[in-house]
Amino acid sequence: MTVTVDRGGRAPAGPSHPRRPRNPYPLFLLPGVLAFLVVIVGPFLMNTGVSFTEWSGVGSPKWTGLANYRELLDDSEFWASFRHSLFMVVAMAAVPTVVGLVLAAALFDFVGKHFGPRIAAVLRACFYLPQVLPIAVAGIVWSWILAPENGSLNELLKAVGLGSWQQDWLGDPDIALYSVMGVMVWVQIGFPLVVFMAGLQRVDPGLYEAAELDGAGWWRRFWHITLPQIRPEIYVVLTWCSIAALKVFGAVYVLTKGGPGGATDVPSYFSFTTFFEKTQVGYGAAISTVLTVIILLLSLVGLKLQTRAEDAEEGGRA
Amino acid sequence: MTAVPTTAPRTRKVPRPSRSVVARYPVLVALCIGALFMVVPFVIVTVNALKSPTEYAQNGPLSLPHGVHLDGLKDFWERVDYGQKLWNSVLISGSVAVLAVILSVLNAYAIGIGRIRGRTWVLAFFVLANVLPQEALVYPVYYLSKETGLYDTRLSVIIVFTVIQAAFGTYLLSSVLGTFPREIIEAARIDGANAWQVLWRIVVPMSRPTLGVLMVFFFIWTWNEFLLPLVMLISNDNQTVSVALGVLQGQHLMDATMTNAAALLGVLPALVFFLVFQRTLTRGIAVGAVK
Repeated sequence: MTVTVDRGGRAPAGPSHPRRPRNPYPLFLLPGVLAFLVVIVGPFLMNTGVSFTEWSGVGSPKWTGLANYRELLDDSEFWASFRHSLFMVVAMAAVPTVVGLVLAAALFDFVGKHFGPRIAAVLRACFYLPQVLPIAVAGIVWSWILAPENGSLNELLKAVGLGSWQQDWLGDPDIALYSVMGVMVWVQIGFPLVVFMAGLQRVDPGLYEAAELDGAGWWRRFWHITLPQIRPEIYVVLTWCSIAALKVFGAVYVLTKGGPGGATDVPSYFSFTTFFEKTQVGYGAAISTVLTVIILLLSLVGLKLQTRAEDAEEGGRA
Repeated sequence: MTAVPTTAPRTRKVPRPSRSVVARYPVLVALCIGALFMVVPFVIVTVNALKSPTEYAQNGPLSLPHGVHLDGLKDFWERVDYGQKLWNSVLISGSVAVLAVILSVLNAYAIGIGRIRGRTWVLAFFVLANVLPQEALVYPVYYLSKETGLYDTRLSVIIVFTVIQAAFGTYLLSSVLGTFPREIIEAARIDGANAWQVLWRIVVPMSRPTLGVLMVFFFIWTWNEFLLPLVMLISNDNQTVSVALGVLQGQHLMDATMTNAAALLGVLPALVFFLVFQRTLTRGIAVGAVK
């Protein structure tokens, strides 16, 4: 599935081809644009508008200007939820990227070369498996494994004589966030691995041979060749995974419901409860608007880094 | 999978230091342990779903089952009307996969091949729509669907996800179609085909592999969605697998054996998709990510 990029395929509008009087193509965009206006743009603008009001979902909203945002600044629950988001970024972007890089390099150049691509593929599939699981189902599986009574993890600890390490993994406010992070690492790890392994296939094997002839060890080749070569993929993975980490909802809903005592609350769960349980729609809209702004900024930065890395790479090859 | 090019030089000019031959097996073993750790939760769930409740209570979750008890699974299946949930998931995900691919193709045709004016901005718009968090749409969508009488219908979820998935599809397909050989299109136009015929008779058939990848993605992504279906589908008859299981778990109404049955029944469809589509999935991800 390698897409050979053939830029410069822009056909010169030669005078020999009589152009039709009307350009038919914009018409094809019509259904898409209409659907997007109704389903995405409209609701998004409405949400932003509502964030400047006080509204319970019935009756008409009362304009309050920036009051919701001012309230957010003093809301410790709001700050806590964003602090937990940073933990999620560590669990879903930073750790999976680093581990994914090492795993991908090990699978690609070690297992793939010495034990055959088949074994590498099977191992890769094992790591990727949690990615196809609905997050709600992953949550059920793990909340059962991490259960305080009769949970597999506690039973396992008891069986190997570490009974004193048993914990109420999801119910103890000091541990719950780390437990959720552990589950998210398990969920997320397959994505970077697959992207990086695909990226490694792009790298010119001649580079490795030359480095090897010069006596560079595995680690130095990894650091000086592999990493710079797949830099675009690294940026893509970091951006996508960070965005996914900021959007975490299902796992928190199923595993902890933001608890105990708000210890695992995240912005999207916080806005969800504000919308539908507290029915403070204006306030919930303000939370989700802040989240949206952060995500949009993050994607712009990510996109910029990615294009720059790709340009640098193309320039280097030319 | 099989497509790993064996670019590794089989004959090495320099004999490898024997040290690395020794180091090979520890690395492989470490990787296998890692892989085992990833798979263990699936194994434990399967093993325990086959136990009877008494057996589970006596021996805990780590023992092997004596024989196969399917009663727990059957009870759970009937209690939550799992067949209906499966059908809802299939219906919603299937419709979204097909409709979103159609919508993406139309958009990408105008952007990638039609090269309409302002296409960079149009594309940027779709990219932004793609990263927009659903939290910023969920309340208005909920409110508007109530106003229009679409609340708690599978149709509402199909419409919303068709558009959300098409944002990604448009973004990916536009760059793929941007590299479509122009000569073929020019030739067809000279032969008198109009833009509509070119799309259905030439562009779509020639892009079939990419469209297939997209369709698989959309199906699985929609299957796995949680927030919007949770908000939009409240009646038992309309809920998807994810929502039904997530809500049950959230209410803490299930005992250990039921949780097990729920987990296994939730895992099974995912495993089936994985086995059926794994090549498409792992390869498709690579395409989507780099473009």
